[in-house]
Amino acid sequence: MKKLLMATALTACGATAVLADGHAPQVKLGVSLGFTGPLESLAPPMAEGAELAMKEATDSGILLDAATVISIRADSTCIDAAAATAAVERIVTSDRVDGIVGGMCSGETTATLQNVAMPNGIVMVSPSATSPALSTLEDNGLFFRTSPSDARQGVVMTDIIMGRGFKEVAVTYTNNDYGKGLADSFQAAFEAAGGTVTLNASHEDGKADYSAEVGALASAGGEVLVVAGYVDQGGSGVVQAALDSGAFDTFVFPDGMVSQALEDNFGADIDGSFGQNPASAGEGRDAFVAMAKAAGFDGTSAFAAESYDAAALIMLAMQAANSKDPAVYKDRIMDVANAPGEKILPGDLAIGLEILKAGGEIDYVGATSVELVGAGESAGNYREIEFEGGKLKVVGYR
Amino acid sequence: MEVLNALVALSNFVLIPAIAYGSQLALGALGVTLIYGILRFSNFAHGDTMAFGTMVTVLVTWALQALGIGIAPLPTALLALPFGIAATALLLLGTDRVVYRFYRQQKAAPVILVIVSMGVMFIMNGLTRFIIGPDDQRFADGARFIIKAREFKEMTGLSEGLAIRTTQGITVVTAVIVVALLFWFLNRTRTGKSMRAFSDNEDLALLSGINPDRVVMYTWLIVAALATIAGVLYGLDKSFKPFTYFQLLLPIFASAIVGGLGNPLGAIVGGFVIAFSEVTVTYAWKKVLVYLMPDGLEPTGLVQLMSTDYKFAVSFAILIIVLLFRPTGLFKGKSV
Repeated sequence: MKKLLMATALTACGATAVLADGHAPQVKLGVSLGFTGPLESLAPPMAEGAELAMKEATDSGILLDAATVISIRADSTCIDAAAATAAVERIVTSDRVDGIVGGMCSGETTATLQNVAMPNGIVMVSPSATSPALSTLEDNGLFFRTSPSDARQGVVMTDIIMGRGFKEVAVTYTNNDYGKGLADSFQAAFEAAGGTVTLNASHEDGKADYSAEVGALASAGGEVLVVAGYVDQGGSGVVQAALDSGAFDTFVFPDGMVSQALEDNFGADIDGSFGQNPASAGEGRDAFVAMAKAAGFDGTSAFAAESYDAAALIMLAMQAANSKDPAVYKDRIMDVANAPGEKILPGDLAIGLEILKAGGEIDYVGATSVELVGAGESAGNYREIEFEGGKLKVVGYR
Repeated sequence: MEVLNALVALSNFVLIPAIAYGSQLALGALGVTLIYGILRFSNFAHGDTMAFGTMVTVLVTWALQALGIGIAPLPTALLALPFGIAATALLLLGTDRVVYRFYRQQKAAPVILVIVSMGVMFIMNGLTRFIIGPDDQRFADGARFIIKAREFKEMTGLSEGLAIRTTQGITVVTAVIVVALLFWFLNRTRTGKSMRAFSDNEDLALLSGINPDRVVMYTWLIVAALATIAGVLYGLDKSFKPFTYFQLLLPIFASAIVGGLGNPLGAIVGGFVIAFSEVTVTYAWKKVLVYLMPDGLEPTGLVQLMSTDYKFAVSFAILIIVLLFRPTGLFKGKSV
C-alpha cells in the first residue's frame, strides 16, 4: 500500500512537470549514433558536435520564439539494424523528437529510416551514412545527409590513386552495405578512368586470421591494396596479414580506415600508404574546431563537423518554416543549405536565425562547406592523407 | 628461377600457414580424441576449455609484462603457459567432480554425456566472456618475425618474399615436443599404459587392478595441458577472441573424426589433412601457376576453387566423405 501511494505521488509529480514543460517552447532532437559497436570511438565527438549546435541555437534565444533545444541520444549500434530500429522507435514514439541527427552507418540508417522515420514522418539528417544506395532510396523527402555518397568517394579515390601513378589495384571490402557500396562505386570509377581492379573481394569482420583472404589478393596481384573496411575490425586484420606475408606494403585507406589507430597499430610499416576521408578545409572548419576545443572535445575527429552541420540544418529549417513540424520544415532544408543568401559559418547560427526570422534567405556553409545536391546529400569535400615516418599527414583537400 | 619463385610463393601462402594451423588443430584434436578414447564421450566443451586456458595465460602474461619479466625474443606467453595449464587443470578436475562423475557413476549413455558437455560448454563460454570480455585481445610480444618477406627477397634475389613469423616457428616446435612427450607417456610409462588399457577394454582393465579414478584424473590433466597449449599457440599466432575458439570446435572435431576418434596418431594426421585442405581449396593458385606454366598458357582467372568464406564448408565436406566411406576414420579409431 505504501509503495502504491508512493508511486501515485510520483506519477502525479511527473505529470505536473510534463504539463509545466508544455508551456515553454521546446524542440527535441534525437541523436541516433553508434555509441557501442565497431565505430564507438567516433560517436562521442559526433554527438557533442550536434549538441554544440543545439546549445548555440538555444543560447541565441531566437529559434522559434526562444525555444529550448533538448538532445535525446539513442544508441544505433552501427551494425544491428533491429537494435537501432528499437532505439529510434523509442525516441520517436515515447520521447516524441521533432527531428533526428543520425543514423551513423548505412545499413542501420536505411532500416531506421524505413521502419521508423518514414511511418512517423520524422526528418533524419545523417552525418555519416555514406552508402550510394541511400541516394536512390524512396524517402518521402525526409532523409538528408551532410556527408557525401561513397559514389563520390569512389571518384575521389580514383583521382588520388591515378595521380600517384598506380594503374593496377586489388580491393578488399568489409562485407556490409558500406563496404560493398564503396568497393563497387570505386571499381566502376577506377575502370572508367582506365585502371584495372585485379580482384574485388570481401572479408568478414571479427575473424582471427586473414591470411587466406590476403593469399587470394596477393595471387590476383596489383600495385596497391585498397582496404574498404573498419579500422577497429577486419580492416586492420587484413593490413596486418598483408604486411606479415609481404603481399602488399602500400595501402589505400578510405574513410572507415583513416584513424589514429592505424598509426598506433602499424607505425612506419605502412609508410607511403595514403587515403582520404570526408573533411573540408577553410574558415568554417577552423571556426568549428576552435569552438569544439572550447567545449572540450576534438572537433577534428571524423564526422564531428558533419554532425554539427546536421543539427544546425534541422534547426535553421525549422526557423525558416517557423514550425517544428517535420512535414512542414522538411521542404526548407535544401533552401537554407544552398545559395542564394547570406553565408553562415559555425558560431553564427544566431545571425542565420535572425535573418530567417526576418524572412531573409541564408546559404548555410557550416563546418564542412555544406552544399546539398541530388536527393539531399553533401557534394563532398575530401581530405587526402599520407603516412610518412609512421605519422598520418594531411597532404591536401579535394 | 621460375620454379624457385613458385615454390617460395607456395610456401609463403600455403605451406607455412597450413603447417602452423595444422599443428594447432592437431593439438586440439588430440585432446578431443583422448577424452573420446578414455572417457568415452565427445567433449563439446573442448573449444571453450581452450579459450579458458588461453584467457588465464593472457591474464598472467599481462601481469608478467607489467612486472617487466620477459624472455625476449620469445613471447612472454610461453612463460605464463604453466599457470594457464594449472588453472585449466583445476577447472577440468572441478567440472569432472561436480558434473561428469555423477553421470559416470550412473553409467549414462554417451549421448547423454555429449549433451552434458554442451551444457558445460555454455558455462565455460560464459565464464571466459565474463572475466575477459568478448573482444579481441593482443598478447603477443617479443620478436615478430624469424624471416621478413622483404629481407628474404633481398637475401635471395627472388621476386617472391617468404615470411616466417616467430609464432609459426614456436607453434611447430612446441607441437613436435608436446606430441613426442605424449607418445612417450602413453607408450612407456605405467600410467600411460594403464590409460591405454582402460581405453581398450574397461572391464579387463578394472579386473587387472587399474584404479579408474586415477586414469580419469590423469586424462583430464593431460587434456588441460593439450587444450591450453593449443589455445595459446592459436592465440599467439592469430588473435585471442572467445568466439573464434568456439568456432574452432568444428575443424577440431573434423580432424579427430577424420583421423579416427580415439586414435592419437589419427588426430595428428587428421589435423594436418583438414588444415591443408582448408588452405589449398580456398587458395587462389594464379600466382604459383603463372610461374610454373609456360608463357601463353598462364591462367588469367584466379584459379580459386572456393571463396575463402567457405573454409568451414571444406572441413565439413571432408568429414562427411570420411564418415560415408570409412566411418572409423583414416586410422582405425572407434566408429562414431
